[in-house]
Amino acid sequence: MSASDLQSAPSAQEAAPPRPAWQVLLIRPETMTLALLVLAVFAGAWLSPFFLDISYILRSFTLYAEFAIVALVLTMVIIAGEIDLSPAANMALSACVFAWLQQAGLPVPAAVAVGLAAGLAMGAFNGLMVIGLQLPSIIVTIGTLTLYRGLAQIIAGDKSIRVPEWFIGVDKIMVLGVPLPVVIFIVLALALGFLLSRTIVGRQIYQIGTNEVAARHAGIRSARIKFGLFLAVGLVSATAGMMTASRLGSVRYDLGLGGELQMVLMAMLGGTYIFGGRGTILGTFLAAWLLVLVSTGMIVANVLPAVQLVVLGILLVVSIIATNFIYSRTQR
Amino acid sequence: MLKKSLLLGLAAGIALAGAALAADPVKIVYIGKNTGNPYFDSITGGFQDACKAKGCEFEFVAPATAEATSQIPFIEAQIQRGVNVIGIAPNSPDALNQVLDDARAKGILVLTVNGDLTGNESHRDATILPVNFDIVGRDQVEMVGSLIGYEGEIAILSATTEAPDQNKWIVGMNDTLKNDPKYAKMKLVATVYGDDQPEKSTTEMEALLSNYPDLKGVIAPTTVGIAAAAQVVQSRGIADKVHVTGLGLPSEMRDFIKDGTVKAFQLWSPYNEGWLAVHFALGVLDGSIKNEVGSTFEVPNLGKITINANNSINTQAELTTFNADNIDQFNF
Repeated sequence: MSASDLQSAPSAQEAAPPRPAWQVLLIRPETMTLALLVLAVFAGAWLSPFFLDISYILRSFTLYAEFAIVALVLTMVIIAGEIDLSPAANMALSACVFAWLQQAGLPVPAAVAVGLAAGLAMGAFNGLMVIGLQLPSIIVTIGTLTLYRGLAQIIAGDKSIRVPEWFIGVDKIMVLGVPLPVVIFIVLALALGFLLSRTIVGRQIYQIGTNEVAARHAGIRSARIKFGLFLAVGLVSATAGMMTASRLGSVRYDLGLGGELQMVLMAMLGGTYIFGGRGTILGTFLAAWLLVLVSTGMIVANVLPAVQLVVLGILLVVSIIATNFIYSRTQR
Repeated sequence: MLKKSLLLGLAAGIALAGAALAADPVKIVYIGKNTGNPYFDSITGGFQDACKAKGCEFEFVAPATAEATSQIPFIEAQIQRGVNVIGIAPNSPDALNQVLDDARAKGILVLTVNGDLTGNESHRDATILPVNFDIVGRDQVEMVGSLIGYEGEIAILSATTEAPDQNKWIVGMNDTLKNDPKYAKMKLVATVYGDDQPEKSTTEMEALLSNYPDLKGVIAPTTVGIAAAAQVVQSRGIADKVHVTGLGLPSEMRDFIKDGTVKAFQLWSPYNEGWLAVHFALGVLDGSIKNEVGSTFEVPNLGKITINANNSINTQAELTTFNADNIDQFNF
């Protein structure tokens, strides 16, 4: 509805009554993700008698937890109107740096610290290119995605580097019966959910993504916030890289290959709007579970991989159509 | 009653898999490198026929891509399904260590079939390989020697510089050429790498032909390389001057054999790997085969099989040579 429409009907009627709460709830994209999640549970149980086993589902989630953790931070980057496609390559490079250093004799804690610092540096490099040089983030991070992966291959070669025995098995550590990577994911989701929905910085992120020029005029330090987000993605990616190294027991340059698509998929499935300004941590949180349940349900039922790809593709298309539809409706 | 006998079985120290054997047919799964690979159809055929003959349940699953970690969810799913035997063509020599350990801790017999966890042999129970890879280099030199009359310049067109199997064979080729007086008049002029990509392999082959005009033979110990080399020779019409041989798939090489571009090449029977794997697995589960280095067992159609060092089992003693006389008998 445009401004002229409003003027042509001056005060002819009162402002529309607020939508009923159930309607507000129903037209949120996360609601659809939740509905699909429930559907996935039933479909999985119907496909295979081995599916409905909470410890199996939790164990399966650890295989995707590293990507899911990065996807949470990536959601904020997308809401702020940018994108980062380099996290999976960042995971590989920081893990290679860590593994290479500890193999060269550096104590493991120091090697981990350098690995995390490398992740931070990679995030800073992305940030400098995007914010400092004003380059489009999609181009920059496609470039660094290749660059970081290439550097990882230079460091590790085609061989794999072993990590010490005691460092192996982060996914085997249980906290109240839940694997540690899943706990990390849940805690991070709670923290970032709070940050995004309950703090000023959170609201500023939405404003930057909705209209960056307006946000800047309103005094929001958009450059600083966006740079911070790129740093956060870098650090969290490096952490995810260490977790992957611990889960696999070895590091290769192809660690997490193709993971960036899974991360973006999680954000999109959760209703994050690719052009920024909209989306929630809850949505990505639910979408990560949805993705794990759908993949796991199909794999344990021995569904053909081709069918699995088709199902995932349909899920994504449906969620994008639904998200766009919902947002265009609520904008009126 | 059944419960009681199960408990008794456990008490007697019989493996769970063995006890379950009485009630259910043994469940065997083979996890391929990726889907859509005709080579694995042949291995799977061997599994299927053997399971039909021996009365076990067989399923083939594979991820969409041959990426290092893509098989992990599939292994987790098979553990959850409670299979008795996992056969796998590993996509990585070490990324699967942890999850394969989990499978073995659950009493699952883990066999690597057509590929091994080189350097990590302790994470599987046994490996089934087509031939002893130590003799491949020697056999290939003999093959090219017989084609060129044991005299003249030869070259090697391999896969990637890091490919472990190919590098092992190339070492064998060099040793044979140097030490066996039979090949004293043959000169290895170059070893080039087509990276198992058709375009790069073609380019490397063309470069060989222009750099070494007196070249008489080319060994391409990789299915991609031999097909590319044959293509170049065919399009230039120089089959009487340059002899291409190596390791190839009969299905891909049939036309080159039929039109005389390639006189002969070698490989093994992937079918027999599946056939042997089933007989071996069932024998180990029911206790009739001891999975120890040096022990022997009989397999129908294959004869007496010995378990070699590192619990490695080969289906055949020599490479199979394919030529115009027998090529139509093979469909993989």
